[in-house]
Amino acid sequence: MNELLAIIIATVFVNNYVLSRFLGLCPFFGVSKKIETAAGMGMAVTFVMTLASIATWFIEKFLLSIKVGGHDLSYLRTVTFILVIASLVQFVEMFLQKSMPSLYQSLGIFLPLITTNCAVLGVAILNIQNFGVKTYWALIKTITQGVGAALGFTLALVLMAGIRERLELEEVPACFKGMPIAFVVSGLLALAFMGFNGLKIF
Amino acid sequence: MKLNITSSPHIHSPITVKTVMWDVILALLPAGFVGIYFFGFKALAVILTCIISALVAEYVAGKVLKIEFCLLDGSACLTGLLLAFCLPPATPLWIAAIGSIVAIIIGKSVFGGLGKNVFNPALIGRAFLLASWPAFMTSWSPTVKFLSKDWFSLSGKIVKGKEIIDAVSMATPLGYFKEQSLTSGAHFFAKVGQGLIDSTGQVHKMGLWDMIVGNIGGCIGETSAVALLIGAIFLLGRGHITWHIPAPTIITVAILGYVFGSDKLFDPQMMFIHLFCGGLFLGAFFMATDMVTTPITPLGRIIFGFGCGFLIFMIRKFSGSYPEGVCYAILIMNAFTPLIDRFTSPRVFGKGAANG
Repeated sequence: MNELLAIIIATVFVNNYVLSRFLGLCPFFGVSKKIETAAGMGMAVTFVMTLASIATWFIEKFLLSIKVGGHDLSYLRTVTFILVIASLVQFVEMFLQKSMPSLYQSLGIFLPLITTNCAVLGVAILNIQNFGVKTYWALIKTITQGVGAALGFTLALVLMAGIRERLELEEVPACFKGMPIAFVVSGLLALAFMGFNGLKIF
Repeated sequence: MKLNITSSPHIHSPITVKTVMWDVILALLPAGFVGIYFFGFKALAVILTCIISALVAEYVAGKVLKIEFCLLDGSACLTGLLLAFCLPPATPLWIAAIGSIVAIIIGKSVFGGLGKNVFNPALIGRAFLLASWPAFMTSWSPTVKFLSKDWFSLSGKIVKGKEIIDAVSMATPLGYFKEQSLTSGAHFFAKVGQGLIDSTGQVHKMGLWDMIVGNIGGCIGETSAVALLIGAIFLLGRGHITWHIPAPTIITVAILGYVFGSDKLFDPQMMFIHLFCGGLFLGAFFMATDMVTTPITPLGRIIFGFGCGFLIFMIRKFSGSYPEGVCYAILIMNAFTPLIDRFTSPRVFGKGAANG
C-alpha cells in the first residue's frame, strides 16, 4: 500500500510529467486557456492513460517480452505502443459515441487530441521500464503510475489555466502577449515544482 | 490648464504603493542590521549589490518593454532587499546581481511590472540561483565577532595565523539536523550545545538565545526571529499585512513540528527548532504576505497560509534535497493563488448562489 502511495506522490509532485519530465507540453500549452477546458482535458487524459497503461502492459507481457530462440520483440516497443494507444483511443472514442453520448460530449475534442500525446506514450514505456511485467503486482503498480501521472498532468494543466486566466485580464507587454508569457509562466511553475525534488515520504 | 479626467473614486487615500513599500523596507531594517552585525561587512555588500542591480534592472526593463515604472516607489528596492535577505552571507556578488536581475525582469517586468506578477519576484530570484549555482547557494558562513578583522572582510576571506582562507562554511541548524540524520530535538540541542564545527575546525557553540536573536548560520535576513518580529508587529500595526496568512502558516508549522517533527510523536523541542532555526518568520511575515501574489479574500488567505505551512513542513521533513522549504512552499502556493481566489470569491450581492 505504501508503495502505491509513494508512486502517486512521485508521479503527481516529484516527477510531474509536465513540470519535471517535460512531457505532454502540446496540450499543456494548447488547452490551458480556461480552467473548465483544462479540467476536461485532464479527465480525458486520466481516462486514456489508465487504459493505455493496462493495454500496453498486456501487450508487453504476452507479445513483446516472449522470448523465441533467445530473442524477443522488445525493440519494437515504441512503435507498437504508439500504434496500440492510437487505435485504442480511436476505438474508445467510437464506443463512447455510440454507447455513452453524454460522456463523449463532455470529453469532446480532447480524446482525438491525446491519441499521440507523448505523455501517454511516456507513461506506457516508463511503466515497463520501472516495474517490468513479471508479476501481476507490477500491473497494479502500472495502473497506479498511469493514474498518478494523469493526476499530475491535470494538476499542472489546471494551475496553468488559473494563472493564464488571470494574465488575460492584465496588460502584459506587447512582445510577451499570448504564448511567450505562457512559456515564461510554465518555466517559473517548473522552478516552483523543483521544491518537491527528492521528496520521499514512504 | 490641464484637466485630468479619471473615473471614480476620487477620494484619495494616504496609503499609496510608495508608503506601503517604504514601510515594509523600514520593517525589514532591524533584521538587516542584525544580519550585518552577525555576518559582517560581506552581508552589507550582498544587500547593496542586490538593491542596486534591482534598480538598474527595473530601469532597463521598464525602458525596453515600455512599461510604467517608478524607481522611487521602493518596489524594486524591496525586491532586491528581500532577495538579499534569503541569500547566504558569503554569496559572490556577481551571483547576487544575477539573482536580482532575474527576479526583476523574469519575475516581474515581463508580466507588465508592479502588481501583475504571478510569483513572488524575490523568491523566483532565489529559486533560480539555487537551481543554477547550488554550491554557492548552500555554503553558509558562520557568524563572526562584531568589528573583528573577519567582520570587515568583504569577500568572506579570512586570515587565520599565516594562512588566508577563501571561505569558511558551517552547516545551518536545519541543514545540520538533516545531514546528521538526527532523530529528536533533545539530540539536536545536545549536539549544538557542544558546538558545530566549521570548515576551519573552529567550534561554534549555540544556545536557545542564539537561535532567537540570530547568532546562527543561515541566510542574511532570516536568522533573527526577534528582529523580524519587531518588523512584523510594525507592519501589522500599520495595517499593511493581516494575520490571515502568517498566523496559519506559523501555527501549522508549529503544530506539525510538535507532533511529527521527530521520530516519536510530540516533541516540543522540535517545535522550537522549526520555528526559530529557519526562514519561517521571514517567509511568513514578509514573503507570503505580498499583496500581489496572494489571495484576496480572508478565507483564501487562510487557506494559502495553511498550504504554505504544510508544504514548509513536508519539504523540511521529507525532502532529500533541501533542508529548508520556505521559498519553494510559497512559490508553489503562489501558483495556486488564482485557483484559491476563484473558489473563495464572495457571492455577488443579489445574485444566486450558483456561479456567483
